[in-house]
Amino acid sequence: MPPIISISHLSKTYGSGLKALNDVSLDIDRGEIFALLGPNGAGKTTLISIICGIANPSAGQVLVDGHDNVADYRAARSMIGLVPQELHTDAFETVWATVSYSRGLFGKKANPAYIEKVLRDLSLWDRKDSRIITLSGGMKRRVMIAKALSHEPQILFLDEPTAGVDVELRKGMWEVVRALRATGVTIILTTHYIEEAEEMADRIGVINKGEIILVEQKAALMQKLGKKQLKLHLLGTVEAIPPQLADYNLALSEGGSQLIYTYDSKAERTGITGLLAALREAGIRFHDLDTTQSSLEDIFVSLVRA
Amino acid sequence: MNHRAVRAIYLFEMARTWRTLLQSVVSPVLSTSLYFVVFGAAIGSRITQIEGVSYGTFIVPGLIMLSILTQSVSNASFGIYFPKFSGTIYELLSAPVSFFEAVLGYVGAAASKSIILGLIILATAWLFVPLHVMHPFWMLTFLVLTAVTFSLFGFIIGVWAGNFEQLQVIPLLVIAPLTFLGGSFYSINMLPEAWQTVALFNPVVYLISGFRWSFYEISDVSLGASLGITLGFLAICMATVWWIFKTGYRLKN
Ligand SMILES: Nc1ncnc2c1ncn2[C@@H]1O[C@H](COP(=O)(O)OP(=O)(O)OP(=O)(O)O)[C@@H](O)[C@H]1O
Ligand SMILES: [Mg+2]
Repeated sequence: MPPIISISHLSKTYGSGLKALNDVSLDIDRGEIFALLGPNGAGKTTLISIICGIANPSAGQVLVDGHDNVADYRAARSMIGLVPQELHTDAFETVWATVSYSRGLFGKKANPAYIEKVLRDLSLWDRKDSRIITLSGGMKRRVMIAKALSHEPQILFLDEPTAGVDVELRKGMWEVVRALRATGVTIILTTHYIEEAEEMADRIGVINKGEIILVEQKAALMQKLGKKQLKLHLLGTVEAIPPQLADYNLALSEGGSQLIYTYDSKAERTGITGLLAALREAGIRFHDLDTTQSSLEDIFVSLVRA
Repeated sequence: MNHRAVRAIYLFEMARTWRTLLQSVVSPVLSTSLYFVVFGAAIGSRITQIEGVSYGTFIVPGLIMLSILTQSVSNASFGIYFPKFSGTIYELLSAPVSFFEAVLGYVGAAASKSIILGLIILATAWLFVPLHVMHPFWMLTFLVLTAVTFSLFGFIIGVWAGNFEQLQVIPLLVIAPLTFLGGSFYSINMLPEAWQTVALFNPVVYLISGFRWSFYEISDVSLGASLGITLGFLAICMATVWWIFKTGYRLKN
């Protein structure tokens, strides 16, 4: 199946002369959850804004389900729901009015039952008649999600959807996102909570300084870049790593009371068996051991630093 | 044509009017009544008649035009400026809505509001002075044309404005003087000859003259000239809006 969004050679230079995107090409697969990660100012919001028609590209093209997002903007935009990063809401309208307005704006026939469902799913139903100005920040964020969902989009952009949302509601939102994915909606989200991407995403893209530096299936990424560490808690301490263990990638820590072995988890032979035998020969004994795998966060940090 | 979007924008903007009913209707009606008291009663008692109608009656069309002009500009400019200011414009820009449809919704709502307001002021005037509209068709034509034209003009200002000061400056520096000097309160013939010529460069003179003619068949300029200038200004505004659409001026990055 062709990708649902196809971005080719997209560049964006702002009026200030700042180059926010530099020759970005990226395909989003139908029905996936794609997490776009990158430090502040990397160009995530700029990329989303261009796809959604809020900013004009300086060069390049975006196809949304085959429709050019400039020439055939109606077809392209009809498919997309956007939750922007900033909290831009009306103030004096009620939740119900603003969400219904969004549906109308996208040319959809009024459907109160559907809007009710959206509001209920986002725990906003009991506030439907409240003016937006009376809501808390997290509620406003959910109103914006409701607005984006009001017109039944096939693609949903969530630009930091869970910023400022408490833990319980964040879990609730993940549920909503998963349920949407289950109905076939493609979701592109940005987040600074790496564990969120780790938890949700099928694929991960990393953008830095306006360039996509990596796009990978999350599982493959974790495996490929995932380093494992075996930590041995020693009985007593060791001054230095004995020479007969020099072949192993070992490090001492905690004042010589711990020995850390870093290995590649996807390698055929991890070398653990050999290491344990060598330790016994060297007379080093341990009372406990554990293994840790580097998180997406570690991976991300090492990528962006590079 | 995304007619549901036009409808949604229109109703949304009208809802804003009902919500702010007090300032949108009551205050113009109040200020018009004050004009009647000051100009109609106080000053008017010293001016007997202008071209056969009492002064109080004479100023009614001008007062209505004054409100329509200022209200159209301020409603329409605020209607599009505010989403820009608050950031909610993102939704309009990301929606499958053409620029034309957006203009239709915003300008349509602003013009509707002015027309309703004009009729309310007309009704208010009825309480103060005897009125007779000789050409209701032309009266409504000028009312609608002016409301639409100046709502378009306001829309342009709202798109252009980068801050609240800029939003205010055109109505304050351009619209207000032009309307005050546009013959709301006097006939151009009452001016010294040199100033009569100057006045003819003021487009508002033509609007008010045509509008007043539809009431009393009194005019400073011919009906054709009034209609021509009004339509000409409408055409200029439409062309500007079209240019904004072509260039995406100040709406998108
Ligand atoms: N309207 C604008 N005018 C000029 N420069 C801009 C504009 N919007 C963004 N930029 C610049 O473009 C770059 C990319 O910004 P963008 O908002 O896309 O980053 P981001 O990845 O979304 O960052 P964050 O994680 O902080 O949201 C930044 O250097 C930013 O300063
Ligand atoms: Mg951003």
